Amino acid sequence: MASDLPPPYTALTRHAMMPQASHDEAARFNFLTHFNRYLSGTVGSANKNAYEKRVLPKFRAEHGRDPEHRYEIRDAMNKDPWHQMWSALKRNSMEMRQHNGRQIVLRQMDELMAKADHHNEQSNQLELDPSVEQPHYQTAVDIHCQPGGYHTEELPGDVTMGANYDVGLFATTGGALGGLNDGGGQAVVEWAKREHPNWQPKRVLDIGATVGHNAVPIAQAYPDAEVIAIDTAGASLRYGAARAAAMGVTNIKFIQASGEDLSRWTDGHFDWVQTTMFLHELSSKAMPKLLTEANRVLAPGGLIFHIEQPQYSDEMPLFEQFMRDWDAFNNNEPFWTAMHAQDLKQVMADAGFARDNQFTVGVRAVVDPEIFPPSPDEAEEDFGRAAVWNAYGAWKPAEQSVAA
Amino acid sequence: MSEELDWVALSGKRAKGKRPDYFEDPALDRLYSTVFALVAEVSALRDRQDTVERLLDVNGTVSREDIESYAPTREAGEERGLATRAYVARVMRGFQQAAEAIESDDQPIGEIAERLKRE
Repeated sequence: MASDLPPPYTALTRHAMMPQASHDEAARFNFLTHFNRYLSGTVGSANKNAYEKRVLPKFRAEHGRDPEHRYEIRDAMNKDPWHQMWSALKRNSMEMRQHNGRQIVLRQMDELMAKADHHNEQSNQLELDPSVEQPHYQTAVDIHCQPGGYHTEELPGDVTMGANYDVGLFATTGGALGGLNDGGGQAVVEWAKREHPNWQPKRVLDIGATVGHNAVPIAQAYPDAEVIAIDTAGASLRYGAARAAAMGVTNIKFIQASGEDLSRWTDGHFDWVQTTMFLHELSSKAMPKLLTEANRVLAPGGLIFHIEQPQYSDEMPLFEQFMRDWDAFNNNEPFWTAMHAQDLKQVMADAGFARDNQFTVGVRAVVDPEIFPPSPDEAEEDFGRAAVWNAYGAWKPAEQSVAA
Repeated sequence: MSEELDWVALSGKRAKGKRPDYFEDPALDRLYSTVFALVAEVSALRDRQDTVERLLDVNGTVSREDIESYAPTREAGEERGLATRAYVARVMRGFQQAAEAIESDDQPIGEIAERLKRE
Protein backbone atom coordinates (compact mmCIF):
# COMPACT_ATOMS: atom_id res chain seq x y z
CA MET A 1 0.00 0.00 0.00
CA ALA A 2 2.78 2.38 0.89
CA SER A 3 4.82 1.77 -2.25
CA ASP A 4 3.71 4.96 -4.01
CA LEU A 5 4.51 7.23 -1.07
CA PRO A 6 6.69 10.17 -2.02
CA PRO A 7 10.16 10.01 -0.46
CA PRO A 8 11.09 12.40 2.35
CA TYR A 9 12.78 15.66 1.42
CA THR A 10 16.01 14.37 2.95
CA ALA A 11 16.25 11.86 0.07
CA LEU A 12 17.31 14.72 -2.22
CA THR A 13 20.96 14.60 -3.22
CA ARG A 14 22.93 17.12 -1.22
CA HIS A 15 25.28 18.71 -3.73
CA ALA A 16 27.58 21.38 -2.33
CA MET A 17 25.43 24.33 -3.52
CA MET A 18 22.20 22.91 -2.11
CA PRO A 19 20.81 25.29 0.51
CA GLN A 20 20.63 23.78 3.99
CA ALA A 21 17.03 23.11 4.99
CA SER A 22 16.30 22.94 8.71
CA HIS A 23 14.33 20.01 10.09
CA ASP A 24 11.07 21.94 9.98
CA GLU A 25 11.69 23.50 6.58
CA ALA A 26 12.18 20.01 5.15
CA ALA A 27 9.05 18.88 7.00
CA ARG A 28 7.02 21.69 5.37
CA PHE A 29 8.12 20.48 1.95
CA ASN A 30 7.18 16.93 2.98
CA PHE A 31 3.70 18.15 3.80
CA LEU A 32 3.39 20.05 0.50
CA THR A 33 4.55 17.01 -1.45
CA HIS A 34 1.76 14.93 0.08
CA PHE A 35 -0.72 17.77 -0.20
CA ASN A 36 -0.03 18.28 -3.92
CA ARG A 37 -0.44 14.59 -4.60
CA TYR A 38 -3.66 14.60 -2.64
CA LEU A 39 -5.05 17.54 -4.60
CA SER A 40 -4.19 16.07 -7.99
CA GLY A 41 -5.02 12.48 -7.10
CA THR A 42 -7.53 11.85 -4.34
CA VAL A 43 -9.78 14.86 -4.90
CA GLY A 44 -8.62 16.08 -8.33
CA SER A 45 -11.07 13.91 -10.24
CA ALA A 46 -13.99 15.68 -8.58
CA ASN A 47 -13.50 18.54 -11.03
CA LYS A 48 -14.64 16.28 -13.84
CA ASN A 49 -17.58 15.01 -11.83
CA ALA A 50 -18.63 18.56 -10.97
CA TYR A 51 -18.40 19.42 -14.65
CA GLU A 52 -20.43 16.49 -15.88
CA LYS A 53 -22.98 16.45 -13.07
CA ARG A 54 -23.85 20.11 -12.80
CA VAL A 55 -21.70 22.57 -14.76
CA LEU A 56 -22.27 21.06 -18.22
CA PRO A 57 -26.03 20.51 -17.74
CA LYS A 58 -26.37 24.12 -16.57
CA PHE A 59 -24.36 25.36 -19.54
CA ARG A 60 -26.55 23.38 -21.93
CA ALA A 61 -29.70 24.75 -20.32
CA GLU A 62 -28.45 28.32 -20.62
CA HIS A 63 -26.91 28.15 -24.09
CA GLY A 64 -28.77 25.34 -25.80
CA ARG A 65 -25.48 23.78 -26.88
CA ASP A 66 -22.22 22.30 -25.57
CA PRO A 67 -19.17 24.47 -24.82
CA GLU A 68 -17.15 25.13 -27.95
CA HIS A 69 -13.92 26.33 -26.36
CA ARG A 70 -11.94 25.52 -23.22
CA TYR A 71 -12.42 29.15 -22.10
CA GLU A 72 -16.18 28.65 -21.98
CA ILE A 73 -15.60 25.69 -19.67
CA ARG A 74 -13.25 27.80 -17.57
CA ASP A 75 -15.79 30.59 -17.17
CA ALA A 76 -18.44 28.09 -16.14
CA MET A 77 -16.18 26.05 -13.83
CA ASN A 78 -14.88 29.18 -12.09
CA LYS A 79 -18.43 29.67 -10.80
CA ASP A 80 -18.63 26.11 -9.45
CA PRO A 81 -18.08 25.86 -5.68
CA TRP A 82 -15.99 22.68 -5.90
CA HIS A 83 -13.65 24.10 -8.53
CA GLN A 84 -13.33 27.33 -6.56
CA MET A 85 -12.30 25.43 -3.43
CA TRP A 86 -9.93 23.11 -5.27
CA SER A 87 -8.29 26.00 -7.12
CA ALA A 88 -7.91 27.98 -3.89
CA LEU A 89 -6.19 25.00 -2.27
CA LYS A 90 -3.87 24.47 -5.20
CA ARG A 91 -2.95 28.14 -5.47
CA ASN A 92 -2.18 28.25 -1.74
CA SER A 93 -0.03 25.17 -2.06
CA MET A 94 2.06 26.94 -4.72
CA GLU A 95 2.35 30.06 -2.57
CA MET A 96 3.37 28.04 0.48
CA ARG A 97 6.03 26.28 -1.56
CA GLN A 98 7.44 29.65 -2.63
CA HIS A 99 7.28 31.07 0.88
CA ASN A 100 9.07 28.09 2.45
CA GLY A 101 11.69 28.06 -0.30
CA ARG A 102 12.36 31.78 0.09
CA GLN A 103 12.66 31.52 3.87
CA ILE A 104 15.22 28.76 3.42
CA VAL A 105 17.39 30.55 0.89
CA LEU A 106 17.06 34.15 2.08
CA ARG A 107 18.08 33.43 5.67
CA GLN A 108 21.33 31.92 4.33
CA MET A 109 21.82 34.17 1.32
CA ASP A 110 25.28 35.34 2.43
CA GLU A 111 26.56 31.78 2.72
CA LEU A 112 25.01 30.85 -0.63
CA MET A 113 26.53 33.87 -2.35
CA ALA A 114 29.93 33.12 -0.86
CA LYS A 115 29.76 29.49 -1.96
CA ALA A 116 28.60 30.46 -5.45
CA ASP A 117 31.38 33.04 -5.77
CA HIS A 118 33.92 30.46 -4.69
CA HIS A 119 32.77 27.87 -7.25
CA ASN A 120 32.23 30.34 -10.08
CA GLU A 121 35.59 32.05 -9.62
CA GLN A 122 37.41 28.75 -9.65
CA SER A 123 35.47 27.06 -12.43
CA ASN A 124 35.14 29.81 -15.01
CA GLN A 125 31.88 28.23 -16.15
CA LEU A 126 29.76 31.39 -15.86
CA GLU A 127 29.55 34.25 -18.32
CA LEU A 128 27.08 36.98 -17.44
CA ASP A 129 26.16 39.80 -19.78
CA PRO A 130 24.28 42.62 -18.01
CA SER A 131 23.39 44.14 -21.39
CA VAL A 132 20.97 41.26 -22.01
CA GLU A 133 17.51 42.68 -21.45
CA GLN A 134 14.85 40.73 -19.60
CA PRO A 135 12.17 40.01 -22.22
CA HIS A 136 8.65 41.23 -21.55
CA TYR A 137 7.32 37.66 -21.42
CA GLN A 138 9.59 37.01 -18.45
CA THR A 139 8.70 40.18 -16.57
CA ALA A 140 4.96 40.65 -17.26
CA VAL A 141 4.21 38.39 -14.28
CA ASP A 142 6.39 36.35 -11.95
CA ILE A 143 6.23 32.94 -13.66
CA HIS A 144 5.21 30.01 -11.43
CA CYS A 145 4.26 32.59 -8.77
CA GLN A 146 7.95 32.72 -7.87
CA PRO A 147 8.30 36.18 -6.31
CA GLY A 148 10.79 38.13 -8.38
CA GLY A 149 10.61 35.65 -11.23
CA TYR A 150 13.86 34.01 -12.26
CA HIS A 151 15.82 37.20 -12.88
CA THR A 152 15.47 39.50 -9.87
CA GLU A 153 18.43 40.05 -7.58
CA GLU A 154 17.76 41.08 -3.99
CA LEU A 155 21.42 42.17 -3.85
CA PRO A 156 24.16 42.31 -6.49
CA GLY A 157 25.53 38.80 -6.89
CA ASP A 158 22.38 37.20 -5.45
CA VAL A 159 21.80 33.49 -6.11
CA THR A 160 18.62 33.00 -4.08
CA MET A 161 16.31 32.97 -7.15
CA GLY A 162 18.00 29.91 -8.58
CA ALA A 163 18.45 28.37 -5.15
CA ASN A 164 14.75 28.74 -4.36
CA TYR A 165 13.82 27.11 -7.66
CA ASP A 166 16.13 24.20 -6.87
CA VAL A 167 14.98 23.59 -3.28
CA GLY A 168 11.26 23.58 -4.04
CA LEU A 169 10.91 21.63 -7.28
CA PHE A 170 10.70 18.50 -5.16
CA ALA A 171 7.49 19.65 -3.50
CA THR A 172 5.88 20.99 -6.69
CA THR A 173 6.40 17.74 -8.55
CA GLY A 174 5.70 15.40 -5.63
CA GLY A 175 9.26 14.11 -5.73
CA ALA A 176 8.81 12.81 -9.27
CA LEU A 177 11.97 14.40 -10.69
CA GLY A 178 14.48 12.45 -8.62
CA GLY A 179 17.29 13.28 -6.24
CA LEU A 180 18.72 16.14 -8.29
CA ASN A 181 15.39 17.31 -9.76
CA ASP A 182 16.91 16.28 -13.06
CA GLY A 183 14.48 13.58 -14.19
CA GLY A 184 13.63 15.62 -17.29
CA GLY A 185 17.22 15.91 -18.42
CA GLN A 186 17.82 12.26 -17.59
CA ALA A 187 14.80 11.36 -19.74
CA VAL A 188 16.28 13.25 -22.70
CA VAL A 189 19.60 11.47 -22.28
CA GLU A 190 17.94 8.08 -21.90
CA TRP A 191 16.02 8.63 -25.16
CA ALA A 192 19.10 9.82 -27.06
CA LYS A 193 21.30 6.96 -25.84
CA ARG A 194 18.64 4.34 -26.53
CA GLU A 195 17.54 5.57 -29.95
CA HIS A 196 20.88 6.81 -31.23
CA PRO A 197 23.56 4.85 -29.36
CA ASN A 198 26.35 5.83 -31.74
CA TRP A 199 25.54 9.52 -31.90
CA GLN A 200 28.22 11.65 -30.26
CA PRO A 201 27.21 15.33 -30.30
CA LYS A 202 30.17 17.64 -29.75
CA ARG A 203 28.43 20.94 -29.13
CA VAL A 204 25.10 21.21 -27.33
CA LEU A 205 22.97 24.31 -26.68
CA ASP A 206 20.28 24.30 -23.96
CA ILE A 207 17.98 27.32 -24.27
CA GLY A 208 16.08 28.55 -21.20
CA ALA A 209 18.25 26.52 -18.87
CA THR A 210 17.57 28.40 -15.57
CA VAL A 211 19.68 26.47 -13.03
CA GLY A 212 20.69 23.83 -15.57
CA HIS A 213 19.15 20.82 -13.85
CA ASN A 214 18.12 19.43 -17.25
CA ALA A 215 21.28 20.48 -19.09
CA VAL A 216 23.76 19.01 -16.60
CA PRO A 217 22.62 15.41 -17.29
CA ILE A 218 23.46 15.95 -20.98
CA ALA A 219 26.94 17.17 -20.05
CA GLN A 220 27.37 14.15 -17.76
CA ALA A 221 26.19 11.71 -20.42
CA TYR A 222 28.44 13.15 -23.13
CA PRO A 223 31.68 14.01 -21.31
CA ASP A 224 33.45 14.85 -24.58
CA ALA A 225 30.79 17.37 -25.55
CA GLU A 226 30.74 21.06 -24.67
CA VAL A 227 27.32 22.07 -23.36
CA ILE A 228 26.24 25.72 -23.42
CA ALA A 229 23.31 26.56 -21.13
CA ILE A 230 21.75 29.94 -21.82
CA ASP A 231 19.08 31.99 -20.12
CA THR A 232 18.23 35.68 -19.88
CA ALA A 233 18.08 35.42 -16.07
CA GLY A 234 21.58 35.97 -14.76
CA ALA A 235 20.46 35.42 -11.16
CA SER A 236 19.45 31.85 -12.00
CA LEU A 237 22.56 31.15 -14.11
CA ARG A 238 24.83 32.27 -11.29
CA TYR A 239 23.39 29.56 -9.06
CA GLY A 240 23.24 27.00 -11.88
CA ALA A 241 26.89 27.43 -12.84
CA ALA A 242 27.96 27.09 -9.21
CA ARG A 243 25.74 24.03 -8.81
CA ALA A 244 27.28 22.33 -11.85
CA ALA A 245 30.79 23.19 -10.67
CA ALA A 246 30.01 21.93 -7.17
CA MET A 247 28.85 18.65 -8.72
CA GLY A 248 32.14 18.39 -10.59
CA VAL A 249 30.57 18.76 -14.03
CA THR A 250 33.10 20.80 -15.98
CA ASN A 251 31.98 20.48 -19.62
CA ILE A 252 29.06 22.89 -19.28
CA LYS A 253 29.10 26.66 -19.43
CA PHE A 254 26.31 29.00 -18.36
CA ILE A 255 25.99 32.08 -20.56
CA GLN A 256 23.52 34.93 -20.18
CA ALA A 257 21.88 35.25 -23.57
CA SER A 258 18.45 35.28 -25.16
CA GLY A 259 17.30 32.42 -27.34
CA GLU A 260 15.90 35.03 -29.69
CA ASP A 261 19.40 36.33 -30.43
CA LEU A 262 22.05 33.65 -30.86
CA SER A 263 24.20 35.95 -33.02
CA ARG A 264 27.33 35.19 -30.99
CA TRP A 265 27.27 31.69 -32.50
CA THR A 266 27.93 31.03 -36.17
CA ASP A 267 25.62 29.11 -38.49
CA GLY A 268 25.69 25.38 -37.84
CA HIS A 269 27.71 25.68 -34.62
CA PHE A 270 25.75 23.17 -32.53
CA ASP A 271 25.01 19.47 -33.06
CA TRP A 272 22.09 19.56 -30.65
CA VAL A 273 19.74 22.34 -29.56
CA GLN A 274 17.57 21.46 -26.57
CA THR A 275 14.68 23.11 -24.71
CA THR A 276 13.08 21.43 -21.73
CA MET A 277 9.72 22.73 -20.53
CA PHE A 278 10.60 26.16 -21.83
CA LEU A 279 8.68 27.01 -25.02
CA HIS A 280 5.52 27.72 -23.01
CA GLU A 281 7.34 30.52 -21.18
CA LEU A 282 7.86 32.59 -24.34
CA SER A 283 5.35 34.55 -26.42
CA SER A 284 3.74 34.12 -29.82
CA LYS A 285 6.28 36.38 -31.49
CA ALA A 286 9.30 35.18 -29.52
CA MET A 287 8.77 31.44 -30.09
CA PRO A 288 9.13 31.44 -33.91
CA LYS A 289 12.03 33.88 -33.65
CA LEU A 290 13.80 31.59 -31.20
CA LEU A 291 13.14 28.50 -33.33
CA THR A 292 14.46 30.24 -36.44
CA GLU A 293 17.64 31.15 -34.59
CA ALA A 294 17.88 27.58 -33.27
CA ASN A 295 17.62 26.30 -36.83
CA ARG A 296 20.37 28.65 -37.98
CA VAL A 297 22.88 27.59 -35.31
CA LEU A 298 22.10 23.89 -35.78
CA ALA A 299 24.59 21.93 -37.87
CA PRO A 300 23.41 19.77 -40.79
CA GLY A 301 22.59 16.36 -39.35
CA GLY A 302 21.95 17.95 -35.95
CA LEU A 303 19.04 17.49 -33.57
CA ILE A 304 16.54 19.96 -32.16
CA PHE A 305 14.55 18.51 -29.27
CA HIS A 306 11.81 20.10 -27.15
CA ILE A 307 10.32 18.54 -24.05
CA GLU A 308 6.81 19.84 -23.43
CA GLN A 309 3.42 18.82 -22.19
CA PRO A 310 1.16 17.56 -25.00
CA GLN A 311 -0.28 20.13 -27.37
CA TYR A 312 -4.03 20.68 -27.40
CA SER A 313 -5.62 19.21 -30.48
CA ASP A 314 -9.12 18.65 -31.79
CA GLU A 315 -8.83 15.10 -30.49
CA MET A 316 -8.16 16.30 -26.94
CA PRO A 317 -11.44 16.77 -25.05
CA LEU A 318 -12.20 20.41 -24.20
CA PHE A 319 -12.44 19.53 -20.52
CA GLU A 320 -8.91 18.14 -20.54
CA GLN A 321 -7.70 21.27 -22.34
CA PHE A 322 -9.38 23.37 -19.65
CA MET A 323 -7.69 21.39 -16.84
CA ARG A 324 -4.32 21.58 -18.55
CA ASP A 325 -4.82 25.33 -18.76
CA TRP A 326 -5.12 25.70 -14.98
CA ASP A 327 -1.50 26.72 -14.48
CA ALA A 328 -1.76 29.38 -17.17
CA PHE A 329 -4.33 31.35 -15.21
CA ASN A 330 -3.62 30.26 -11.64
CA ASN A 331 0.12 29.73 -11.55
CA ASN A 332 1.29 32.67 -13.66
CA GLU A 333 2.15 30.89 -16.88
CA PRO A 334 0.29 33.17 -19.28
CA PHE A 335 1.71 31.88 -22.59
CA TRP A 336 0.92 28.27 -21.64
CA THR A 337 -2.63 28.46 -23.00
CA ALA A 338 -1.82 30.03 -26.38
CA MET A 339 1.34 27.97 -26.86
CA HIS A 340 -0.36 24.64 -26.27
CA ALA A 341 -3.12 25.54 -28.71
CA GLN A 342 -0.66 26.17 -31.52
CA ASP A 343 0.21 23.64 -34.17
CA LEU A 344 3.77 23.22 -32.98
CA LYS A 345 4.70 21.13 -35.98
CA GLN A 346 3.66 23.98 -38.26
CA VAL A 347 5.49 26.52 -36.09
CA MET A 348 8.61 24.38 -36.38
CA ALA A 349 8.08 23.95 -40.11
CA ASP A 350 7.81 27.73 -40.51
CA ALA A 351 11.11 28.04 -38.63
CA GLY A 352 12.78 25.82 -41.19
CA PHE A 353 12.34 22.32 -39.80
CA ALA A 354 10.53 20.52 -42.63
CA ARG A 355 7.67 18.33 -41.46
CA ASP A 356 9.27 15.27 -43.03
CA ASN A 357 12.19 15.67 -40.66
CA GLN A 358 10.08 16.12 -37.55
CA PHE A 359 9.04 13.49 -35.04
CA THR A 360 7.25 13.28 -31.70
CA VAL A 361 7.95 10.83 -28.93
CA GLY A 362 6.71 10.28 -25.36
CA VAL A 363 9.25 10.39 -22.54
CA ARG A 364 8.94 10.12 -18.78
CA ALA A 365 11.21 11.21 -15.96
CA VAL A 366 14.13 8.92 -15.27
CA VAL A 367 14.71 8.63 -11.52
CA ASP A 368 16.25 6.16 -9.13
CA PRO A 369 13.36 3.74 -8.59
CA GLU A 370 14.88 2.54 -5.34
CA ILE A 371 14.18 5.93 -3.78
CA PHE A 372 11.63 7.64 -5.95
CA PRO A 373 8.29 6.19 -6.89
CA PRO A 374 7.19 6.51 -10.49
CA SER A 375 5.24 9.56 -11.53
CA PRO A 376 1.51 8.96 -11.15
CA ASP A 377 0.26 7.06 -14.16
CA GLU A 378 -2.34 8.28 -16.61
CA ALA A 379 -5.17 7.32 -14.28
CA GLU A 380 -3.94 10.07 -11.97
CA GLU A 381 -3.04 12.57 -14.67
CA ASP A 382 -1.87 15.78 -13.10
CA PHE A 383 -2.79 17.96 -16.08
CA GLY A 384 0.53 19.56 -16.77
CA ARG A 385 2.55 18.64 -13.68
CA ALA A 386 3.18 14.94 -14.24
CA ALA A 387 6.72 14.00 -15.16
CA VAL A 388 5.47 12.45 -18.39
CA TRP A 389 6.08 14.54 -21.46
CA ASN A 390 5.82 14.76 -25.20
CA ALA A 391 8.99 15.53 -27.05
CA TYR A 392 8.89 17.42 -30.34
CA GLY A 393 12.04 16.98 -32.34
CA ALA A 394 13.58 17.29 -35.77
CA TRP A 395 16.78 16.18 -37.43
CA LYS A 396 18.25 18.82 -39.70
CA PRO A 397 19.05 17.17 -43.04
CA ALA A 398 22.71 16.44 -43.60
CA GLU A 399 24.20 18.49 -46.43
CA GLN A 400 23.70 16.95 -49.82
CA SER A 401 26.75 15.15 -51.01
CA VAL A 402 28.32 17.10 -53.87
CA ALA A 403 30.39 14.18 -55.02
CA ALA A 404 29.71 13.30 -58.62
CA MET B 1 26.08 41.66 2.19
CA SER B 2 22.60 41.09 3.47
CA GLU B 3 22.79 42.65 6.95
CA GLU B 4 20.41 45.40 5.95
CA LEU B 5 17.88 42.95 4.48
CA ASP B 6 15.02 41.53 6.53
CA TRP B 7 14.84 37.94 5.27
CA VAL B 8 11.56 37.28 7.05
CA ALA B 9 9.80 40.20 5.37
CA LEU B 10 11.48 39.51 2.04
CA SER B 11 10.40 35.86 2.04
CA GLY B 12 6.77 36.82 1.96
CA LYS B 13 7.03 39.07 -1.10
CA ARG B 14 4.08 38.58 -3.42
CA ALA B 15 4.50 37.29 -6.93
CA LYS B 16 3.84 39.91 -9.61
CA GLY B 17 0.54 39.25 -11.37
CA LYS B 18 -3.00 39.70 -10.13
CA ARG B 19 -4.03 36.90 -7.81
CA PRO B 20 -7.31 35.26 -8.86
CA ASP B 21 -10.25 35.77 -6.49
CA TYR B 22 -11.52 32.27 -5.81
CA PHE B 23 -14.43 33.28 -3.61
CA GLU B 24 -16.89 36.16 -3.63
CA ASP B 25 -15.89 37.16 -0.12
CA PRO B 26 -12.17 38.01 0.01
CA ALA B 27 -12.16 37.04 3.68
CA LEU B 28 -12.58 33.43 2.59
CA ASP B 29 -9.50 33.63 0.36
CA ARG B 30 -7.50 35.02 3.27
CA LEU B 31 -8.87 32.36 5.60
CA TYR B 32 -7.80 29.52 3.29
CA SER B 33 -4.25 30.90 3.26
CA THR B 34 -4.07 30.99 7.05
CA VAL B 35 -5.78 27.67 7.70
CA PHE B 36 -3.56 25.74 5.31
CA ALA B 37 -0.40 27.43 6.54
CA LEU B 38 -1.44 26.17 9.99
CA VAL B 39 -2.16 22.72 8.60
CA ALA B 40 1.39 22.64 7.23
CA GLU B 41 2.82 23.81 10.56
CA VAL B 42 1.00 21.07 12.48
CA SER B 43 2.37 18.55 10.01
CA ALA B 44 5.90 19.88 10.58
CA LEU B 45 5.39 19.72 14.36
CA ARG B 46 4.23 16.10 14.06
CA ASP B 47 7.36 15.27 12.06
CA ARG B 48 9.50 16.98 14.68
CA GLN B 49 7.90 15.08 17.52
CA ASP B 50 8.42 11.83 15.62
CA THR B 51 12.08 12.76 15.11
CA VAL B 52 12.56 13.41 18.83
CA GLU B 53 10.94 10.09 19.73
CA ARG B 54 13.03 8.14 17.25
CA LEU B 55 16.24 9.79 18.46
CA LEU B 56 15.31 9.03 22.06
CA ASP B 57 14.54 5.42 21.14
CA VAL B 58 18.01 4.98 19.74
CA ASN B 59 20.16 7.32 21.83
CA GLY B 60 18.22 7.82 25.03
CA THR B 61 18.97 11.50 24.69
CA VAL B 62 18.41 14.23 22.14
CA SER B 63 20.10 17.45 21.03
CA ARG B 64 18.97 20.21 18.70
CA GLU B 65 21.83 19.34 16.39
CA ASP B 66 20.62 15.74 16.18
CA ILE B 67 17.13 16.95 15.28
CA GLU B 68 18.36 19.32 12.57
CA SER B 69 20.56 16.71 10.94
CA TYR B 70 18.07 13.85 11.22
CA ALA B 71 17.33 12.00 7.99
CA PRO B 72 14.95 9.05 8.31
CA THR B 73 15.97 5.61 7.12
CA ARG B 74 13.97 4.23 4.26
CA GLU B 75 11.71 2.33 6.67
CA ALA B 76 11.24 5.32 8.96
CA GLY B 77 10.63 7.53 5.94
CA GLU B 78 7.82 5.26 4.78
CA GLU B 79 6.27 5.18 8.25
CA ARG B 80 6.37 8.95 8.44
CA GLY B 81 5.09 9.28 4.87
CA LEU B 82 2.15 7.02 5.65
CA ALA B 83 1.45 9.03 8.81
CA THR B 84 1.48 12.26 6.78
CA ARG B 85 -0.84 10.72 4.21
CA ALA B 86 -3.27 9.72 6.97
CA TYR B 87 -2.97 13.19 8.55
CA VAL B 88 -3.76 14.89 5.22
CA ALA B 89 -6.75 12.56 4.82
CA ARG B 90 -8.07 13.61 8.26
CA VAL B 91 -7.62 17.33 7.61
CA MET B 92 -9.15 17.04 4.15
CA ARG B 93 -12.06 14.78 5.09
CA GLY B 94 -14.66 17.48 4.48
CA PHE B 95 -13.29 18.19 0.99
CA GLN B 96 -12.94 14.51 0.16
CA GLN B 97 -16.50 13.73 1.22
CA ALA B 98 -17.81 16.75 -0.67
CA ALA B 99 -15.97 15.39 -3.72
CA GLU B 100 -17.62 11.99 -3.23
CA ALA B 101 -21.03 13.60 -2.76
CA ILE B 102 -20.85 15.20 -6.21
CA GLU B 103 -21.11 11.72 -7.69
CA SER B 104 -24.09 10.67 -5.58
CA ASP B 105 -27.72 11.57 -5.98
CA ASP B 106 -28.54 11.65 -2.27
CA GLN B 107 -31.97 12.91 -1.37
CA PRO B 108 -32.15 15.39 1.50
CA ILE B 109 -32.68 13.55 4.79
CA GLY B 110 -35.87 15.55 5.36
CA GLU B 111 -37.42 14.06 2.23
CA ILE B 112 -36.47 10.56 3.32
CA ALA B 113 -37.91 11.23 6.78
CA GLU B 114 -41.16 12.33 5.16
CA ARG B 115 -41.23 9.24 2.98
CA LEU B 116 -40.57 6.90 5.91
CA LYS B 117 -43.34 8.59 7.82
CA ARG B 118 -45.73 7.75 4.99
CA GLU B 119 -44.48 4.34 3.86
